[in-house]
Order: sequence, then C-alpha cells, then structure tokens
Amino acid sequence: MKLITAVVKPHRLDEIKEALQAFGIHGLTVTEASGYGRQRGHTEVYRGAEYTVDLVPKIRIEVLVEDDDAEQLIDVIVKAARTGKIGDGKVWSVPVDTAVRVRTGERGPDAL
Amino acid sequence: MPPGITLAAEAPQLSAANTGFMLICSALVMLMTPGLAFFYGGMVRVKSTLNMLMMSFISLGIVTLLWVLYGFSLAFGTDIGSLIGWTPDFVGLSGIGRDQLWDGYTIPVFVFAVFQLMFAVITPALISGALADRVKFTAWALFITLWATVVYFPVAHWVWGAGGWLFEMGVIDFAGGTAVHINAGAAALGVILVIGKRVGFKKDLMRPHSLPLVMLGAGLLWFGWFGFNAGSWLGNDDGVGAAMFVNTQVATAAAMLAWLAYEKIRHGAFTTLGAASGAVAGLVAITPSGGSCSPLGAIAIGAVAGLLCAMAVGLKYRFGYDDSLDVVGVHLVGGVIGSLLVGLFATGGVQSDAKGLFYGGGFEQLGKQATGVFAVLGYSLVVSAVLAFVLDRTIGMRVGEDDEISGIDQVEHAETAYEFSGAGGGTAPRKAPSAPNPAGTAATAPQTDKKVDV
Repeated sequence: MKLITAVVKPHRLDEIKEALQAFGIHGLTVTEASGYGRQRGHTEVYRGAEYTVDLVPKIRIEVLVEDDDAEQLIDVIVKAARTGKIGDGKVWSVPVDTAVRVRTGERGPDAL
Repeated sequence: MPPGITLAAEAPQLSAANTGFMLICSALVMLMTPGLAFFYGGMVRVKSTLNMLMMSFISLGIVTLLWVLYGFSLAFGTDIGSLIGWTPDFVGLSGIGRDQLWDGYTIPVFVFAVFQLMFAVITPALISGALADRVKFTAWALFITLWATVVYFPVAHWVWGAGGWLFEMGVIDFAGGTAVHINAGAAALGVILVIGKRVGFKKDLMRPHSLPLVMLGAGLLWFGWFGFNAGSWLGNDDGVGAAMFVNTQVATAAAMLAWLAYEKIRHGAFTTLGAASGAVAGLVAITPSGGSCSPLGAIAIGAVAGLLCAMAVGLKYRFGYDDSLDVVGVHLVGGVIGSLLVGLFATGGVQSDAKGLFYGGGFEQLGKQATGVFAVLGYSLVVSAVLAFVLDRTIGMRVGEDDEISGIDQVEHAETAYEFSGAGGGTAPRKAPSAPNPAGTAATAPQTDKKVDV
C-alpha cells in the first residue's frame, strides 16, 4: 500500500475530489495546512507597515491506495490540482506497512 | 416680540425639540464607545481581542459613576481660579431639579450632564488603543479613575467651562479636538513612554485579526460622531448643528479619500484599514473646527488630516515607541491639525465671531489655538506619564511577559474571543454548571402517560 499526500491550493479541492471519485477512490482525509515553497508568501500592508506573510493557506489531502494504483493516482491528482501558476503545491507517496478498518478489523487492501 | 411679553419672559424656556434632540445626540455619543471598542478590537491579534474591547467598555462603568459623583462638578461647576470648577449641588447630581435649565440654554441640566458624560467616557477609552496586549486590567481601571479625575475633568473645565482659562482666552474647541483627542493622544504617548513596547514589537507579525470588526467600529464611530459634533451646539434653533453635521460628513469623506490616495501611491493598495483610519482621522480633525468653517473648509481640513495622519502613523517605527493602534498618529496628530486649522479656516459669525487667517482674521486666532493645543498636550502628556509611573512602581502596569505572549485575554479575563477547537469542540467545564431546577420539579418523576425507558 501507499499513502499519497498532496499539499495543494485550497480552491482545487472540489476538482481533486471529483477526480478521485472518478478514479474509484472511496475515502480521503483533508486537513487545512499552511506553508510555502520557492515562491515564499506575499506582502500585506497595514497602516503603512508592510508584513511579509510567509505561510500561505494550503490543504493537505491524504489517500491510501494499493501499490499498483499509486503512480496513476498521483497523475490524476496532479492534473486536477494544476493551475499552472506559482504555488500549485506538491504530491508525494510513501510506503505503508499496515492499514486497519477500525469498524471491522479488516487489514491490508481489504481495509481500503 | 408679541405685545405684553416682558423682558423677563425672554429667559430661556425648556425646548422639547432641543431636549429630545440632545437626548438622541447623547445616545449617539454613547454608541461611539462600543464602536471604538470594535474599531480597536479588530486591530489587535486574536489573543487580546476581549481585553481591547473591555478597556473601552469599562470606561462606561467607571467614568459614568465618577462623573455623577464629582466629575460634572469639577468640569462644569462654578469656576475656581480659571483652573477647576466646583458646585456642591452638582455632586451626585443631587441638587438639580428635573426642569432646571442649563445656564443660558433651553435644555435641562440633566441633559447637558449626560451629553458631556458621554464625552468623558470615550476620552479615556481612546487612550487604550496605544496600550494593546500588555496592561493589567486592574491597573487600567485605576489609571482611568485617576486620569479622568486629574486630567480630563480639569481640562474639560479649561476648554469648555465658564471661567476656564482657555475658554476665556477664546480658544475654539467646538466638540473636543483639544479636550478629547489631543488630551487622549498626549496621554497615550505619556503612558507608552513609561510602560514600553509590546513583546515582539517590530519583529512579530502584529496584523489586525479582523478588519470587518474594524470597519464595523469605524462605521459606528462615524454614525455616533454626528451626535458628538452636531449636538455640541446644545440645540438646533439656528442651523449651527446642521452645518456641523454637513461639515462632519464632508471632512470625513475627504480624509478617507486622502488616506487611501496616499496609501495607493506609497504602498500600492487601497486598504480597508486605511479607509477606516482615514475616516477616523477626518472625524477627529473636524471635531474642533467644524463649528466655525465652511463645507469647503471642512473638505480641506479633512484632506489635510487624512494625508498627514497617514504619514504620521509610520513615525512609531522610526522613533521606536509602540503606539500599538496609532492613538498618537490619529488622535493626537488629527486633533492638533483640526485645532490649528481653526486658526486658518474659521469664517467668523458661525460658532464665534473669530476669523481665521484665510478669512481676514490675521494670526490672532491661530495663536490662541496653538496655546490651547500645547497647553493641553503638555499637561496631559506629563501628568499621564507620572500616573503611569506611579502605578507601574506600585501595583505594576504590565502583565508578565509569558502572559503577554500567550495572550492577555486568558490571564486577565478568563475568556477567549473565539472558539477554534475543531477537534473535540473544546474541553469539559471544570465545574459542572448547575442544571436549572424549577421549583417543585426536582424530586418528582415526570408525570406522563407515555412509557418511559429508564
């Protein structure tokens, strides 16, 4: 199994959810996040005082998938998340040892 | 004059219209203090929102009582040495009849007293913006008690009280540019020079947590200011109040636009905070001058104030004093501009016959205005700094550094402004709240025909 994590622009969430559903993914976890990449943040002005806001709002999407689906799913997410502008985010995957469905105790791919 | 009416009948009679008008104006001015609380409350960080609201709100409690007990007597009682007033009947408002008129006017003494009370309430509240995040609430409550007593009440007497030395000199302060705004702004400067900067000043991000609250507050201030200014003629028989209403509106509009234009040119954006701040700067500046200038003069006064206050708020970073929410930059600077510009823009024949430089009056009125400005500025600055110093050395003015960093709301008020705990929805109360226990229902089972699972 793989855990796919995407940190992307918040307003792409709906497109990504639809793409995941079309792909056949049944569940996902979304958390609000903040961070920056190479572009850093932006500048805000309050009564003439300029503040550099480094951490910009992002969402973090996590999905558990079987190994065979991982590469294809990464492509799906990247396609749905892309705006072509700076700050679109990152997607990565890591191996997962075990997954358990809490309600039934099923393990491994059955738990997905 | 109708035949048969003697001169004695010319003594002012109670005017129901003026009395009603002034009661509404008093209520409008009252609304400025909660408005100010929101204006300031939105500008601080989340962790000190409630403290900022409370520092304004508590003035409604403390100063109201002081005013009734002795403040009204000190400010508007019979003059003693041009410096202070005292009329025993005013103490506790105990010797005043309900139908007794304020000297020379058509409104009851009570109405004049409550109208002026609202000015006394908001003035100390104005100071609090400079002290955001870091002052013990008890110390603040004591400070405004002392400050109102030894600074506001005497200064109100100097400026507005019959016999007060600035009043007698002919200083024009229609609705409080000197007694309210310069007074509060100078006090703010005096206190912050004693208590010092917020932890993290110039290093941490201290941006406003809610600009919508700031706009709400600025809107309420603007609305209430019509009572503040238009009511200061104490009636509406002759149109001065109406002229003041117009001047208040146009000066505020001009100041907002001037602040925004400056920001756009200097920083590249028209900010919400700039619009709110510019409006307040215009309101401050027209307060002393609006009773004596024309609407075009009001536009000029507002524009100058909006521009100069926008430039002035940056001074704290250059000089390194932490005037947290720019009480000095907006109220002191705006008040000084408005008060001095009376000396240029007074048209004569409206509030007073005095004419400003631009209307052929020479430098005389400008000199009087400058005397008023610097007398009040100096007195308030020095006495406020001394009060803060004494309180700091006795009970301490500031909360501990850890408490300041973690947020003054929690430590001083045992509350927080917003509930953010998404996971789990917060913690269970430490003491279970007692359940409502209507009499007679406690010991008996519910009387019902339905079967109840137990």
